[in-house]
Amino acid sequence: MSSVAVREEAGGRIAALRVSSVSFHYGDLTALDDVSLVVDAGQVNVLLGPNGAGKTTLFSLITRLLQPRSGQIEITGRALTSHTREALGQLGIVFQQPTLDLDLSVAQNLHYFASLHGISRAAAQASIERELGRLNMLDSINRSVRRLNGGHRRRVELARALLHDPQLLLLDEPTIGLDIPTRREFVENVHALASERGVGVLWATHLIDEVDLALDQVTILHRGKIQASGAAHAVMQEKGFQSLEDLYESLTSAGGEA
Amino acid sequence: MSWWRCLMGITWRELLRFTHQRGRFFSALVRPLLWLLVFAVGFRAALGDSIIAPYRSYVTYQIYVIPGLVGMIQLFNGMQSSLSMVYDREVGSMRMLLTSPLPRWWLLTSKLLASVLVSVFQVYAFLLIAGLFGFVAEPIGYLYVMPVLLITGMLLGSIGMFLSSAIRQLENFAGVMNFVVFPMFFLSSALYPLSSMRENSELLYYLCSINPFTHAVELIRFALYVQWNVESLLWTSFATAVFLTLAVWGYKPDRGASARAR
Repeated sequence: MSSVAVREEAGGRIAALRVSSVSFHYGDLTALDDVSLVVDAGQVNVLLGPNGAGKTTLFSLITRLLQPRSGQIEITGRALTSHTREALGQLGIVFQQPTLDLDLSVAQNLHYFASLHGISRAAAQASIERELGRLNMLDSINRSVRRLNGGHRRRVELARALLHDPQLLLLDEPTIGLDIPTRREFVENVHALASERGVGVLWATHLIDEVDLALDQVTILHRGKIQASGAAHAVMQEKGFQSLEDLYESLTSAGGEA
Repeated sequence: MSWWRCLMGITWRELLRFTHQRGRFFSALVRPLLWLLVFAVGFRAALGDSIIAPYRSYVTYQIYVIPGLVGMIQLFNGMQSSLSMVYDREVGSMRMLLTSPLPRWWLLTSKLLASVLVSVFQVYAFLLIAGLFGFVAEPIGYLYVMPVLLITGMLLGSIGMFLSSAIRQLENFAGVMNFVVFPMFFLSSALYPLSSMRENSELLYYLCSINPFTHAVELIRFALYVQWNVESLLWTSFATAVFLTLAVWGYKPDRGASARAR
C-alpha cells in the first residue's frame, strides 16, 4: 500500500474493481462501448452475456493484456495504467481456456505461478498446501496434471489464482465443460471465498443458473454495452421480470434493452 | 529479489519441460548430425579444404561447418521456442505469464534466457558427439564459446520472439520456415566461407554479410578457437538489442499481440 495512491470510496471503502467509462475497438468493430462497473470486496458480480458480448475483451483489459483506448480501470483503488505492478499483484485469474502445463505436476505448476509473482519457495509451499487443502486437493499435489480430470484441473487453477492472496478474482467462464455436480461445487467454493475472505469476484459466464439470486450482483453485457447491472433480484424487479432467464433473453436478443 | 525469483521460476519450468520432451532434444541433435556426418562428407568433395581465419591450417569441411551447425541448433531452438509461444498464446499459458505483476520486458527476457539455456545444453551435446567422431576445436574453446552462445542464443531467440508477436495463428508459422529460417541459414557463412560466395555473386555476398546469423556463426567460430571476432560481436549485440526491443514492443498491451488471436 504505502506510497501507492489508492482511491477510497465514501466511508473508507475501497472497491476491489472499478471500471470507469472504458471503450475498446478492434479496428472498426466496437468491442466495448463506455462500460462502467464496480465489484466491491466480498461481492460476487456475475457478468452475463452471450458469445461476442465483449466479456473476454473486458477481461483482457482488466488483466492488461490489452490497453483501453479510453476510460480507467482500478484494482483495489490502484489505477492499472499508472500502478500496474501493485494493481496486477492484487489480481487472481482463472481463464476460460485451461492454462496448466499438462506435463508438470500440480506442485510444479503452482510453484511456477508463485515465482511469476516473486513469492519465495518456502512461502509458496505454505500457500500451495493451504489452497489445495481448502479445495480437498492436497492428495494430488505431486500428481501430473495430465492425470487429473477436468473438475480437478479447474480446482487447481482456482488454487493457483489464490496463491498470492488477491483481493480481486476474475473468472472467465471457468465452468465450461464441467459436469453439473462439479460446476455446483465450483460455484459454492467461489461464494465461500467471497464471504470468508472478502475477495471481490467478477465471474463471466452465460450459464444463468450459476447466479445466486439472493446474494449476487449481475451485469448484463450485450454487443459491448452494459444493458443492466445491480443486485440480481433488484434488477429483475426494476425491469419487471420474474426470472433472470427471461430478463437475460430479453436484453440480449437482437438490439437488447428491455 | 522477486525479479530473480521470477527468472529462476521461468528457467526451472523451461528445464522441466525440456526433460519431459526428450523427443525434442533428440530431434534437435539429429538435424545437425545429419549435416555433419552425411551432407558435409559430400560437400567436402565439392568445396575441398581451405585456410581462412580463425583456422591456422587447412581444415576439413566438417571442421569448417561445425560452428554453422551450432548456429543451426540455436536458430531452430529460437524458432521452436517462438512456435511454442504462439501455441502458448493460443492455449492461454502465455496469457498467464503476461499477467504477472512484473514488467513485461523482464518476463519476456526471462523466457528468452530460459530458452537460450536449453539451446546451450543442446549445443554441448552436439559438440560432444561431434568430438566423438573426431571433429574437435581447441579444448579451451569449448569454455570460451559459452558466453558467446548466450549472446547468439539471445539474438536468435529474440528474432523468434519478435516473429511470434507478429503471427496471429499457429498455422502461419510454417511460412516463417520458408521466409525466415531457410534464407537466414543459407544466406550466411554457416555452410560456405563468404569468400567463396563473393567469387560467384557480389549481391549474395552482400546479403550474407549483413545477415545477423552470419555474424552469430562467425562469433561462435572464432570463440571455438579462443579468439574474439570484434566486428561480429558488435553486430550480434546490436542486432540482439534491436530484435529484443522489437519483441518487447510486439507484446505491448496497446499492440494487443497477446489477445489478437481471440
